[in-house]
Amino acid sequence: MRSHLVALYLLSNDCVMKLRRDVFQAIADPTRRAIITLVAASAITPSAIAENFDSSRQTISKHIQILTECEILEQTKKGREIYYKLNPEGMKVIADFIEPFRQMWDDRFNKLEALMKKQQSNKKTYGTEN
Amino acid sequence: MEQKTKVAAEEGKQEIIITRMFDLPVELVFKAYTTADLIEQWMGNKVLKMENKAHGSYQFETKDASGNILFRANGVIHEYIPNEQITRTFEMENTGFPVQLEYLSFTQEGEEQSKLTMQIIFKSVADRDNLLKMPFASGINMAHNQLQKVMIQLN
Repeated sequence: MRSHLVALYLLSNDCVMKLRRDVFQAIADPTRRAIITLVAASAITPSAIAENFDSSRQTISKHIQILTECEILEQTKKGREIYYKLNPEGMKVIADFIEPFRQMWDDRFNKLEALMKKQQSNKKTYGTEN
Repeated sequence: MEQKTKVAAEEGKQEIIITRMFDLPVELVFKAYTTADLIEQWMGNKVLKMENKAHGSYQFETKDASGNILFRANGVIHEYIPNEQITRTFEMENTGFPVQLEYLSFTQEGEEQSKLTMQIIFKSVADRDNLLKMPFASGINMAHNQLQKVMIQLN
């Protein structure tokens, strides 16, 4: 199983892996996580985002820029105003990151289930297993 | 089809919840979790120590073909209720990952099925995310050469 999983990992596209790492760096920061939470509620202007923080406008702009580059946020224009909203595809990358971890446990549990089913049927057949 | 194994890692929380439905009675799932030679078969680790009691401890190890230790983990059991509950710590040795706390709940669901819920609590949100970032690090192959190479490239 180990070599299979590693092979799967190596097969992954480099760009995808880089993007995934970047996404995780993006959400590792508490301010950026707070921005994601704000934007998740509704599309919002950069100044409305900045009002929620004590940090300078420039600092918040930088955070918004990073989140946009990582494709977690996307811009939309309404009239002359720029709004930021959550990019559902970007968030999906984060969800996908849990998938290898889930699969690792799924593999283990499948083995556990097969192993114990075998024990169960041995017990039924011979009545000797404890 | 609904997934049998589910992993919930809520944003900003320092825990992971793993749930799994088994087509097995709860006694057999509990047995698989507490019997050394069974653990070795489904986890793929050698079991060096397994004391199934409160204040008991356990230790797992994986070696490569040449006998080098690839992975070693240990923990202390805090609560041990057969077929119901194991509360224990889990630490991967020499990895820099802090100790985690695990609540394992075993419940019978109907006559033929049972459910395992593992709540894993981390020292911090960042520690949890670091573990998820390296999904295979949490398993048996932390120091696998090929994996290490990949991780070095990633950094």
